[in-house]
Amino acid sequence: MTDTALHAHDHGHAHDHHDADHKPGFFQRWFMSTNHKDIGTLYLIFAIIAGIIGGGISGLMRAELMHPGIQYLPTWLSYLHGSDVKFDDALHFWNVLITAHGLIMVFFMVMPAMIGGFGNWFVPIMIGAPDMAFPRMNNISFWLLIPAFTLLLASPFVGVGAGTGWTVYAPLSTYGEPGPSVDMAILSLHLAGASSILGAINFITTIFNMRAPGMTLHKMPLFVWSVLITAFLLLLALPVLAAAITMLLTDRNFGTAFYDPAYGGDPILYQHLFWFFGHPEVYIMILPGFGIVSQIIATFSRKPVFGYLGMAYAMVAIGLVGFVVWAHHMFTTGLSVTVKMYFTAATMVIAVPTGVKIFSWIATMWGGSLSFKTPMVWSIGFIFMFTVGGVTGVVLANGGVDDYMQDTYYVVAHFHYVLSLGAVFSLFAGFYYWFPKISGKMYNELLGHLHFWVFFIGVNVMFFPMHFLGLQGMPRRYPDYPDAYAHWNQVATYGYMIMFAGVVIFFVNIAWSLFAGKKAGDNPWGEGATTLEWTLSSPPPFHQFETLPIIDGGDRH
Amino acid sequence: MLGLTSIVLAAGLALGAPVHAQNSTAPAADAQQAAAPAAAPAPAPAAAPTQAAVADPTLDAAGKPLLTPSKTIGQPQDGLYGLQDQVTPNGREAHWFHNWILVPLITIISIFVLILLIWVIIRYRRSANPTPSRTSHNTIIEIVWTLAPVLILIAIAVPSIRLLAAQFKPAPDNAVTLKAIGNQWFWSYEYPDHGDIKLTANMLKEQTEVAAGQRYRTDADGPRLLAADTRVVLPVGVPIRLVTTAQDVIHSWAVPAFWIKLDAVPGRLNETSFIIEKPGLYFGQCSELCGARHAYMPIAVEAVSPEIFARWVASKGGKMPSKGAAPQSTTAAGNDATDETSNAAEAGPVVNATAAPAVTNEPATQNPAGLGQTGN
Repeated sequence: MTDTALHAHDHGHAHDHHDADHKPGFFQRWFMSTNHKDIGTLYLIFAIIAGIIGGGISGLMRAELMHPGIQYLPTWLSYLHGSDVKFDDALHFWNVLITAHGLIMVFFMVMPAMIGGFGNWFVPIMIGAPDMAFPRMNNISFWLLIPAFTLLLASPFVGVGAGTGWTVYAPLSTYGEPGPSVDMAILSLHLAGASSILGAINFITTIFNMRAPGMTLHKMPLFVWSVLITAFLLLLALPVLAAAITMLLTDRNFGTAFYDPAYGGDPILYQHLFWFFGHPEVYIMILPGFGIVSQIIATFSRKPVFGYLGMAYAMVAIGLVGFVVWAHHMFTTGLSVTVKMYFTAATMVIAVPTGVKIFSWIATMWGGSLSFKTPMVWSIGFIFMFTVGGVTGVVLANGGVDDYMQDTYYVVAHFHYVLSLGAVFSLFAGFYYWFPKISGKMYNELLGHLHFWVFFIGVNVMFFPMHFLGLQGMPRRYPDYPDAYAHWNQVATYGYMIMFAGVVIFFVNIAWSLFAGKKAGDNPWGEGATTLEWTLSSPPPFHQFETLPIIDGGDRH
Repeated sequence: MLGLTSIVLAAGLALGAPVHAQNSTAPAADAQQAAAPAAAPAPAPAAAPTQAAVADPTLDAAGKPLLTPSKTIGQPQDGLYGLQDQVTPNGREAHWFHNWILVPLITIISIFVLILLIWVIIRYRRSANPTPSRTSHNTIIEIVWTLAPVLILIAIAVPSIRLLAAQFKPAPDNAVTLKAIGNQWFWSYEYPDHGDIKLTANMLKEQTEVAAGQRYRTDADGPRLLAADTRVVLPVGVPIRLVTTAQDVIHSWAVPAFWIKLDAVPGRLNETSFIIEKPGLYFGQCSELCGARHAYMPIAVEAVSPEIFARWVASKGGKMPSKGAAPQSTTAAGNDATDETSNAAEAGPVVNATAAPAVTNEPATQNPAGLGQTGN
């Protein structure tokens, strides 16, 4: 085990086993893993579990919101804290639910699935590398997530639960909510952030240093580009979050007053710091999705990606501009007019590279020979749903208009269109696309299509009426609402039920495919699939590229 | 007294809102009269009217509110899919911008993308086009689809920036200042230019939720979760200077019908202004997560004619700013010894909230840079 580095030099791969097919025993393989594919699998399993929990919480929320009035919260809370439930505690439990839903979906579902899961699995393979640059750091990146998630999930059992919203705004999160729960949630974010920073370092090093001969940056598949840019966003944004929430911790526990106006602090400082992280974070969640969709559209159009360089640098542009638009989340906090004008204009600029991507995907399909396998259907759904979420973003970008929309359901609808229908659609697309490669089994095409259509209808019935609620002024983060919002809330809950049926189909499909799926060939997608993972067996050998592939000057992906 | 105040207010109207001056008073009286019979059968007598020399003109003899809510304005309506109707000039401009520029534009873009997708799905499916082209570049079209969005965004930016500029126009000297203070979980209000008027507005609970004899919500008060036991009374046609702050955590004072949402941040004074054009009852809700009862701190604004507003001020023991030119009068009010929480924002729009930070009821840490208008 100590001669890892030596072997890495000798054989051009950074691992300590010689035989490509030799797998360590179960415990060593899954709990002490240094193999990017195994760690990727761990990430994917983790993300699915977190998705079930986070999605289950949204089910609780939609149930409570189905009708005006408080129906279930006291009952649910009594399961946690015994039968003597005060009404205010039940209301606080609502805030705990929305906080948990947000944090779980962002930090423990989308990010681990996109970057940890698909990134780990396919970035090394796509650039012709045998593994990640730092396999042990890769391992600790994953295992930091376990205590992080445990801290978050345990927080409502230890105290009253963190009810601060996923944004953890001070001073609600400082003197506004005493008790251990918020501290645990903050520590959870610290660990998840550390995990992501380590992962980002690993990806950047891997992509810069371990590309196979001939794999220049401008030949890299767009998914690798997207992960590279995402890794830079993580590396630059997460330390700011870490600083912001560390100050929260010291404000809470050690008598500092960074955010306490009574002692010279400023609550708005926290918002600036949080959103300096938080806005790049939304691109962290969607950029790998862009990459996945680019691979899939090219594969099933049997055509190279249209405007490859434009696609790559559009993502670079989105990443750069994403760092200078954060205060559009703060339009009602009392910013001055020039600041609001700047952030309005800067935010709208992001629509330009995003438009380049949308049109380039369509141009990739234009003239192609399209086959509508499940991943392709999800990707086309992604393009349209992301467009809808994107254009409502242009509405919200206007600081003067946002005075009305800010903190209403319009915002909830907008960010669920780009995340729940954008990022999640790309996750499902990627899952179906790479499931044969990862598992060696084909999924069921009929169930895959059924999953898409049921889910597609469900999420649209759920989230589209939220635009209407927001336009009528319904504030978000409310457990109860005036009766005039009853109609669309009921419709939205029906949408959840439809979506739930879609998710059930998904799990039936996974189970069926793992046990009874047809064996997948090396490349089940045919000539359109040109990236390196399709040159390997399905599933790939425990160690791939014992001899590095040579990339010729052929077409771009 | 009344004569003097109406002269002042008439001057205010002429200065601040000449366009709306003519339609403000008469409809107000109509609305009051029309609303009175509707309020009559309302049960649950409230607390006795305040022991003021002048009767509160917004309440009837039994202490019940005279103005009942309208189902079609100032509150959400079920099943609709558009914005609430606007009753402020900036609100109408923003409403127009949203409905006639933004919504058509985003609808066209979405449908355009959808049509392109449907076209490629039909035209370039494998059975229709078995041999894919190898085209992967077309510089002209890439330039076009980069520049076209730029032009569209510039077209949006012009009215957007104009709207922002209008929203940040400082309130004139004769504006009525309302200070809204967020608390867990109720709003309190002060009228620093009008003497020692302080209000506390709690949500009205349902009949089933209160002990016998306590006041509960009726339909005359407003819809469930929107009705407050105390309404903010403001004059129509007169510029209102809204100043927000908070006692504990961040809240947000929002009334959709005014297109107003302004965070109430502890240690800061945020300021904006608006002119209500129509008398009526307008509801809003706290719009920044503030803890357990975040959903239970509604905002109810009763907009009345300036005359009724003056009587209401008198009934609350306050006084209208004296007849002299507005800047002097507001300064005088600011020096009112009885007004402990006298507001920094009343010193006039140029130096507004930064003028006297020490006299707020919050720790004196508010940051001048955070105040909208002063930065410019």
